Amino acid sequence: MATIRPRVKAPRKASPGEVVEIKTLINHSMESGQRKDKNGDPIPRQIINKFVAAFNGREFFTVDLAPAISANPYLSFYAKVEESGEFTFTWHDDDGSVYEDSKSIEVA
Amino acid sequence: MTTANKAFGLLSAGLLGLGLLATGPANAADDGTRIDWGPYKVDEKRSGYTYAGAQTRAMQDDEFQNPAFLWLERGMDLWETADGAANTSCADCHGDAEESMAGVATRYPIYFDDWGKLMNIEQRINWCRETQMQAEPLKWESDALLGLTAFVKNQSKGMPIDVAVDGPAAPFFEQGKAFYETRRGQLDLACTHCHVDNEGNLIRAETLSQGQANGFPTYRLKWQSVGSLHRRFRGCNRNIRAQPYPYGSDEYTNLELYVTWRGNGLPVESPSVRK
Repeated sequence: MATIRPRVKAPRKASPGEVVEIKTLINHSMESGQRKDKNGDPIPRQIINKFVAAFNGREFFTVDLAPAISANPYLSFYAKVEESGEFTFTWHDDDGSVYEDSKSIEVA
Repeated sequence: MTTANKAFGLLSAGLLGLGLLATGPANAADDGTRIDWGPYKVDEKRSGYTYAGAQTRAMQDDEFQNPAFLWLERGMDLWETADGAANTSCADCHGDAEESMAGVATRYPIYFDDWGKLMNIEQRINWCRETQMQAEPLKWESDALLGLTAFVKNQSKGMPIDVAVDGPAAPFFEQGKAFYETRRGQLDLACTHCHVDNEGNLIRAETLSQGQANGFPTYRLKWQSVGSLHRRFRGCNRNIRAQPYPYGSDEYTNLELYVTWRGNGLPVESPSVRK
Protein backbone atom coordinates (compact mmCIF):
# COMPACT_ATOMS: atom_id res chain seq x y z
CA MET A 1 0.00 0.00 0.00
CA ALA A 2 1.10 3.45 -0.76
CA THR A 3 1.20 4.96 2.70
CA ILE A 4 2.57 3.00 5.61
CA ARG A 5 0.50 3.53 8.68
CA PRO A 6 0.89 1.61 11.93
CA ARG A 7 -1.99 0.60 14.16
CA VAL A 8 -1.56 0.23 17.91
CA LYS A 9 -4.03 -0.94 20.51
CA ALA A 10 -3.20 -0.34 24.16
CA PRO A 11 -5.42 0.35 27.17
CA ARG A 12 -5.85 3.99 28.13
CA LYS A 13 -6.04 3.28 31.86
CA ALA A 14 -4.46 0.75 34.18
CA SER A 15 -3.76 0.23 37.87
CA PRO A 16 -0.18 0.37 39.25
CA GLY A 17 1.66 -2.87 38.62
CA GLU A 18 -0.93 -4.12 36.13
CA VAL A 19 0.25 -6.14 33.16
CA VAL A 20 -1.30 -4.72 29.99
CA GLU A 21 -1.40 -6.24 26.55
CA ILE A 22 -0.28 -4.15 23.60
CA LYS A 23 -1.06 -5.09 20.00
CA THR A 24 0.61 -3.58 16.96
CA LEU A 25 0.08 -4.01 13.25
CA ILE A 26 1.74 -2.24 10.34
CA ASN A 27 1.13 -2.48 6.63
CA HIS A 28 4.38 -3.40 4.93
CA SER A 29 5.13 -5.71 2.02
CA MET A 30 8.16 -7.32 3.81
CA GLU A 31 9.85 -8.02 0.46
CA SER A 32 12.23 -10.86 1.29
CA GLY A 33 14.91 -10.26 -1.36
CA GLN A 34 14.57 -13.86 -2.51
CA ARG A 35 12.06 -13.21 -5.27
CA LYS A 36 12.65 -12.30 -8.90
CA ASP A 37 10.64 -10.03 -11.15
CA LYS A 38 9.32 -10.87 -14.62
CA ASN A 39 12.74 -10.27 -16.21
CA GLY A 40 14.49 -12.57 -13.76
CA ASP A 41 16.15 -9.76 -11.85
CA PRO A 42 16.12 -10.08 -8.08
CA ILE A 43 13.68 -7.80 -6.26
CA PRO A 44 15.75 -6.01 -3.61
CA ARG A 45 15.01 -6.85 0.00
CA GLN A 46 12.90 -4.33 1.86
CA ILE A 47 11.60 -5.34 5.25
CA ILE A 48 10.96 -3.84 8.64
CA ASN A 49 14.16 -5.02 10.31
CA LYS A 50 13.64 -3.71 13.81
CA PHE A 51 10.80 -2.84 16.12
CA VAL A 52 11.24 -0.98 19.39
CA ALA A 53 8.70 -0.32 22.14
CA ALA A 54 9.60 2.14 24.88
CA PHE A 55 7.81 3.51 27.92
CA ASN A 56 8.70 7.02 29.03
CA GLY A 57 11.84 6.80 26.93
CA ARG A 58 12.94 3.43 28.31
CA GLU A 59 13.07 0.52 25.88
CA PHE A 60 11.26 -2.52 27.22
CA PHE A 61 10.62 -4.63 24.14
CA THR A 62 12.55 -4.90 20.88
CA VAL A 63 12.31 -7.29 17.96
CA ASP A 64 14.76 -8.03 15.14
CA LEU A 65 12.61 -9.09 12.22
CA ALA A 66 13.88 -11.48 9.57
CA PRO A 67 13.14 -11.76 5.83
CA ALA A 68 10.85 -14.80 6.16
CA ILE A 69 8.24 -12.89 8.18
CA SER A 70 4.93 -12.33 6.38
CA ALA A 71 3.69 -9.04 5.05
CA ASN A 72 1.86 -6.71 7.45
CA PRO A 73 3.62 -7.97 10.60
CA TYR A 74 1.48 -8.20 13.73
CA LEU A 75 3.15 -8.14 17.16
CA SER A 76 1.54 -8.42 20.54
CA PHE A 77 3.33 -8.22 23.87
CA TYR A 78 2.85 -7.27 27.50
CA ALA A 79 4.08 -4.47 29.70
CA LYS A 80 3.89 -4.02 33.46
CA VAL A 81 3.01 -0.40 34.17
CA GLU A 82 3.81 1.34 37.48
CA GLU A 83 3.22 4.98 36.50
CA SER A 84 1.38 7.13 33.99
CA GLY A 85 3.26 7.87 30.82
CA GLU A 86 3.63 7.37 27.14
CA PHE A 87 4.38 4.30 25.10
CA THR A 88 6.34 4.99 21.93
CA PHE A 89 6.63 2.47 19.13
CA THR A 90 9.11 2.63 16.27
CA TRP A 91 9.43 0.48 13.18
CA HIS A 92 12.72 0.65 11.26
CA ASP A 93 12.58 0.05 7.51
CA ASP A 94 15.49 -1.28 5.41
CA ASP A 95 15.34 1.92 3.32
CA GLY A 96 16.05 3.99 6.44
CA SER A 97 12.48 5.16 7.01
CA VAL A 98 11.20 5.13 10.55
CA TYR A 99 7.50 4.81 11.32
CA GLU A 100 6.32 5.95 14.72
CA ASP A 101 3.25 5.84 16.87
CA SER A 102 2.57 6.55 20.52
CA LYS A 103 -0.11 5.86 23.13
CA SER A 104 -0.44 7.41 26.53
CA ILE A 105 -1.65 5.49 29.53
CA GLU A 106 -3.04 6.76 32.81
CA VAL A 107 -2.05 4.72 35.84
CA ALA A 108 -4.08 5.33 38.97
CA MET B 1 -8.50 2.19 38.92
CA THR B 2 -12.20 1.55 38.87
CA THR B 3 -13.83 -1.84 38.95
CA ALA B 4 -14.88 -1.40 35.34
CA ASN B 5 -11.25 -1.06 34.28
CA LYS B 6 -10.26 -4.09 36.25
CA ALA B 7 -13.08 -6.00 34.63
CA PHE B 8 -11.79 -4.92 31.24
CA GLY B 9 -8.34 -6.26 32.08
CA LEU B 10 -9.82 -9.56 33.17
CA LEU B 11 -11.97 -9.68 30.09
CA SER B 12 -9.05 -9.30 27.71
CA ALA B 13 -7.14 -11.99 29.59
CA GLY B 14 -10.21 -14.16 29.30
CA LEU B 15 -10.47 -13.59 25.56
CA LEU B 16 -6.84 -14.49 25.12
CA GLY B 17 -7.45 -17.69 26.98
CA LEU B 18 -10.37 -18.46 24.69
CA GLY B 19 -8.20 -17.89 21.65
CA LEU B 20 -5.72 -20.45 22.87
CA LEU B 21 -8.40 -22.92 23.85
CA ALA B 22 -10.02 -22.73 20.43
CA THR B 23 -7.09 -24.68 18.95
CA GLY B 24 -8.04 -27.85 20.77
CA PRO B 25 -11.64 -28.57 19.77
CA ALA B 26 -11.25 -27.19 16.24
CA ASN B 27 -8.42 -29.56 15.39
CA ALA B 28 -10.40 -32.43 16.76
CA ALA B 29 -13.41 -31.64 14.62
CA ASP B 30 -12.20 -30.30 11.31
CA ASP B 31 -14.80 -32.40 9.52
CA GLY B 32 -17.29 -29.89 10.90
CA THR B 33 -19.62 -32.51 12.33
CA ARG B 34 -18.91 -32.12 16.02
CA ILE B 35 -18.52 -28.39 16.31
CA ASP B 36 -21.21 -25.75 16.64
CA TRP B 37 -20.41 -23.20 13.98
CA GLY B 38 -23.13 -20.80 15.10
CA PRO B 39 -24.10 -18.32 12.38
CA TYR B 40 -21.36 -19.59 10.06
CA LYS B 41 -23.37 -22.69 9.22
CA VAL B 42 -26.95 -22.38 7.97
CA ASP B 43 -28.53 -25.73 7.17
CA GLU B 44 -26.09 -27.34 4.75
CA LYS B 45 -24.46 -24.04 3.84
CA ARG B 46 -21.07 -23.54 5.41
CA SER B 47 -19.04 -20.35 5.28
CA GLY B 48 -15.38 -20.63 4.36
CA TYR B 49 -14.82 -19.70 8.02
CA THR B 50 -15.76 -23.26 8.99
CA TYR B 51 -13.00 -24.67 6.78
CA ALA B 52 -10.34 -22.27 8.05
CA GLY B 53 -7.85 -23.27 10.72
CA ALA B 54 -8.22 -22.06 14.29
CA GLN B 55 -5.44 -19.49 13.93
CA THR B 56 -6.95 -18.08 10.74
CA ARG B 57 -10.33 -17.83 12.46
CA ALA B 58 -8.72 -16.08 15.42
CA MET B 59 -7.22 -13.52 13.02
CA GLN B 60 -10.65 -12.81 11.58
CA ASP B 61 -12.38 -12.68 14.96
CA ASP B 62 -10.04 -10.00 16.31
CA GLU B 63 -10.72 -6.89 14.26
CA PHE B 64 -7.41 -5.47 15.36
CA GLN B 65 -5.42 -8.47 14.25
CA ASN B 66 -7.25 -8.77 10.92
CA PRO B 67 -4.88 -7.10 8.41
CA ALA B 68 -7.81 -6.39 6.06
CA PHE B 69 -8.71 -3.55 8.41
CA LEU B 70 -5.62 -1.70 7.19
CA TRP B 71 -7.37 -1.55 3.81
CA LEU B 72 -10.76 -0.90 5.38
CA GLU B 73 -9.46 2.13 7.27
CA ARG B 74 -8.14 3.47 4.01
CA GLY B 75 -11.60 2.98 2.54
CA MET B 76 -13.09 4.80 5.50
CA ASP B 77 -10.89 7.81 4.73
CA LEU B 78 -11.81 7.67 1.03
CA TRP B 79 -15.50 7.67 1.97
CA GLU B 80 -14.99 11.19 3.36
CA THR B 81 -12.60 12.41 0.65
CA ALA B 82 -14.00 14.71 -2.04
CA ASP B 83 -12.76 13.95 -5.53
CA GLY B 84 -13.50 14.61 -9.20
CA ALA B 85 -14.85 17.58 -11.12
CA ALA B 86 -17.98 17.65 -8.95
CA ASN B 87 -15.79 17.83 -5.84
CA THR B 88 -18.03 15.50 -3.87
CA SER B 89 -17.30 12.57 -1.59
CA CYS B 90 -19.28 9.40 -0.95
CA ALA B 91 -20.36 10.91 2.36
CA ASP B 92 -21.85 14.02 0.67
CA CYS B 93 -24.61 11.88 -0.86
CA HIS B 94 -24.72 8.84 1.37
CA GLY B 95 -23.95 10.43 4.73
CA ASP B 96 -23.02 8.14 7.54
CA ALA B 97 -22.07 4.80 6.00
CA GLU B 98 -23.07 2.99 9.15
CA GLU B 99 -26.69 3.87 8.37
CA SER B 100 -26.81 4.27 4.61
CA MET B 101 -24.69 1.24 3.74
CA ALA B 102 -26.15 -1.18 6.29
CA GLY B 103 -27.59 -4.15 4.45
CA VAL B 104 -26.20 -3.15 1.05
CA ALA B 105 -23.80 -6.09 0.88
CA THR B 106 -26.68 -8.52 1.42
CA ARG B 107 -28.37 -7.37 -1.83
CA TYR B 108 -25.52 -7.05 -4.33
CA PRO B 109 -24.98 -7.89 -7.17
CA ILE B 110 -28.22 -6.29 -8.34
CA TYR B 111 -29.86 -5.76 -11.72
CA PHE B 112 -29.05 -2.20 -12.80
CA ASP B 113 -31.67 -0.68 -15.08
CA ASP B 114 -29.44 1.83 -16.88
CA TRP B 115 -26.99 -0.87 -17.87
CA GLY B 116 -29.55 -3.57 -18.54
CA LYS B 117 -27.30 -6.00 -16.71
CA LEU B 118 -25.90 -6.85 -13.28
CA MET B 119 -23.79 -4.57 -11.12
CA ASN B 120 -21.68 -5.53 -8.11
CA ILE B 121 -20.38 -3.27 -5.35
CA GLU B 122 -17.04 -2.53 -7.01
CA GLN B 123 -18.88 -1.52 -10.16
CA ARG B 124 -21.35 0.52 -8.13
CA ILE B 125 -18.51 2.45 -6.48
CA ASN B 126 -16.96 3.20 -9.83
CA TRP B 127 -20.33 4.11 -11.35
CA CYS B 128 -20.82 6.62 -8.52
CA ARG B 129 -17.34 7.97 -9.08
CA GLU B 130 -17.85 8.45 -12.81
CA THR B 131 -21.39 9.79 -12.91
CA GLN B 132 -21.84 11.55 -9.56
CA MET B 133 -18.33 12.65 -8.66
CA GLN B 134 -17.10 12.92 -12.27
CA ALA B 135 -13.89 11.30 -11.12
CA GLU B 136 -11.68 8.62 -12.61
CA PRO B 137 -12.86 5.11 -11.80
CA LEU B 138 -10.66 3.23 -9.34
CA LYS B 139 -8.60 0.40 -10.78
CA TRP B 140 -9.73 -3.15 -10.00
CA GLU B 141 -7.65 -4.70 -7.21
CA SER B 142 -6.20 -1.30 -6.30
CA ASP B 143 -5.86 -0.76 -2.56
CA ALA B 144 -8.35 2.10 -2.84
CA LEU B 145 -11.12 0.06 -4.47
CA LEU B 146 -10.53 -2.94 -2.21
CA GLY B 147 -10.56 -0.65 0.83
CA LEU B 148 -13.79 1.09 -0.15
CA THR B 149 -15.49 -2.20 -1.02
CA ALA B 150 -14.39 -3.73 2.28
CA PHE B 151 -15.60 -0.63 4.15
CA VAL B 152 -19.01 -0.62 2.44
CA LYS B 153 -19.54 -4.36 2.83
CA ASN B 154 -18.42 -4.31 6.45
CA GLN B 155 -21.43 -2.12 7.29
CA SER B 156 -23.59 -5.21 6.71
CA LYS B 157 -21.43 -7.49 8.83
CA GLY B 158 -23.45 -10.29 10.38
CA MET B 159 -26.56 -9.66 8.28
CA PRO B 160 -27.78 -12.64 6.27
CA ILE B 161 -27.15 -12.55 2.53
CA ASP B 162 -30.36 -12.22 0.54
CA VAL B 163 -29.73 -11.57 -3.16
CA ALA B 164 -32.68 -11.49 -5.53
CA VAL B 165 -32.45 -13.89 -8.45
CA ASP B 166 -35.96 -13.43 -9.85
CA GLY B 167 -37.38 -10.65 -12.00
CA PRO B 168 -34.92 -8.89 -14.31
CA ALA B 169 -31.95 -10.61 -12.66
CA ALA B 170 -33.22 -14.08 -13.60
CA PRO B 171 -31.58 -14.45 -17.04
CA PHE B 172 -28.22 -13.33 -15.61
CA PHE B 173 -28.61 -15.74 -12.73
CA GLU B 174 -29.18 -18.53 -15.27
CA GLN B 175 -26.01 -17.50 -17.13
CA GLY B 176 -24.07 -17.53 -13.88
CA LYS B 177 -25.46 -20.96 -13.05
CA ALA B 178 -24.50 -22.22 -16.52
CA PHE B 179 -20.95 -20.87 -16.02
CA TYR B 180 -20.78 -22.63 -12.67
CA GLU B 181 -21.79 -25.95 -14.20
CA THR B 182 -19.77 -25.77 -17.43
CA ARG B 183 -16.55 -27.72 -17.76
CA ARG B 184 -13.63 -25.57 -18.83
CA GLY B 185 -9.86 -25.49 -19.11
CA GLN B 186 -7.36 -28.23 -19.81
CA LEU B 187 -8.41 -30.06 -16.66
CA ASP B 188 -11.99 -30.00 -17.98
CA LEU B 189 -13.54 -29.16 -14.62
CA ALA B 190 -16.60 -27.14 -13.67
CA CYS B 191 -16.94 -25.23 -10.39
CA THR B 192 -19.37 -27.93 -9.25
CA HIS B 193 -16.76 -30.70 -9.39
CA CYS B 194 -14.84 -29.18 -6.50
CA HIS B 195 -17.34 -27.04 -4.63
CA VAL B 196 -20.49 -29.18 -4.83
CA ASP B 197 -19.46 -32.79 -5.50
CA ASN B 198 -16.33 -32.74 -3.37
CA GLU B 199 -16.77 -30.05 -0.76
CA GLY B 200 -15.15 -31.14 2.47
CA ASN B 201 -12.86 -33.59 0.66
CA LEU B 202 -9.16 -33.09 0.24
CA ILE B 203 -7.55 -31.80 -2.94
CA ARG B 204 -3.97 -32.79 -2.26
CA ALA B 205 -3.42 -31.32 1.21
CA GLU B 206 -6.20 -28.73 1.10
CA THR B 207 -9.83 -29.10 2.15
CA LEU B 208 -12.24 -27.97 -0.54
CA SER B 209 -14.79 -25.49 0.73
CA GLN B 210 -18.22 -24.77 -0.68
CA GLY B 211 -16.73 -21.68 -2.31
CA GLN B 212 -19.05 -19.27 -0.52
CA ALA B 213 -18.71 -15.58 -1.34
CA ASN B 214 -19.89 -14.06 1.96
CA GLY B 215 -16.41 -13.04 3.19
CA PHE B 216 -15.11 -11.15 0.16
CA PRO B 217 -13.12 -9.00 -0.20
CA THR B 218 -10.93 -11.23 1.92
CA TYR B 219 -7.45 -11.02 3.36
CA ARG B 220 -5.89 -14.15 1.94
CA LEU B 221 -2.74 -15.31 3.70
CA LYS B 222 -1.39 -16.71 0.44
CA TRP B 223 -1.78 -13.34 -1.27
CA GLN B 224 -0.55 -11.45 1.81
CA SER B 225 -3.10 -8.90 0.73
CA VAL B 226 -6.79 -8.24 0.36
CA GLY B 227 -8.37 -9.51 -2.84
CA SER B 228 -11.76 -9.39 -4.53
CA LEU B 229 -14.06 -12.27 -5.42
CA HIS B 230 -13.12 -11.81 -9.07
CA ARG B 231 -9.47 -12.30 -8.19
CA ARG B 232 -10.48 -15.59 -6.55
CA PHE B 233 -12.46 -16.55 -9.70
CA ARG B 234 -9.41 -15.83 -11.83
CA GLY B 235 -7.23 -17.94 -9.55
CA CYS B 236 -9.69 -20.84 -9.67
CA ASN B 237 -9.93 -20.61 -13.47
CA ARG B 238 -6.16 -20.59 -13.76
CA ASN B 239 -5.87 -23.59 -11.44
CA ILE B 240 -7.95 -25.66 -13.84
CA ARG B 241 -5.80 -24.35 -16.73
CA ALA B 242 -8.57 -22.19 -18.16
CA GLN B 243 -8.17 -18.70 -19.55
CA PRO B 244 -9.42 -16.33 -16.82
CA TYR B 245 -11.91 -13.59 -17.69
CA PRO B 246 -11.08 -9.94 -16.97
CA TYR B 247 -11.93 -8.30 -13.64
CA GLY B 248 -15.47 -6.98 -13.67
CA SER B 249 -16.42 -8.93 -16.81
CA ASP B 250 -20.08 -9.83 -17.33
CA GLU B 251 -19.21 -13.52 -17.04
CA TYR B 252 -17.76 -13.03 -13.55
CA THR B 253 -20.49 -10.66 -12.37
CA ASN B 254 -23.16 -13.18 -13.42
CA LEU B 255 -21.15 -15.88 -11.68
CA GLU B 256 -20.87 -13.64 -8.62
CA LEU B 257 -24.68 -13.49 -8.42
CA TYR B 258 -24.98 -17.26 -8.63
CA VAL B 259 -22.21 -17.90 -6.10
CA THR B 260 -23.59 -15.28 -3.71
CA TRP B 261 -27.07 -16.79 -4.03
CA ARG B 262 -25.67 -20.19 -3.04
CA GLY B 263 -24.82 -18.53 0.29
CA ASN B 264 -28.19 -16.82 0.86
CA GLY B 265 -28.72 -16.93 4.63
CA LEU B 266 -25.03 -16.92 5.56
CA PRO B 267 -23.83 -13.78 7.35
CA VAL B 268 -21.77 -11.13 5.57
CA GLU B 269 -18.22 -11.51 6.93
CA SER B 270 -16.36 -8.95 4.86
CA PRO B 271 -13.50 -8.49 5.25
CA SER B 272 -12.70 -12.06 6.24
CA VAL B 273 -9.36 -13.84 6.63
CA ARG B 274 -8.72 -16.99 4.64
CA LYS B 275 -5.78 -19.26 4.04
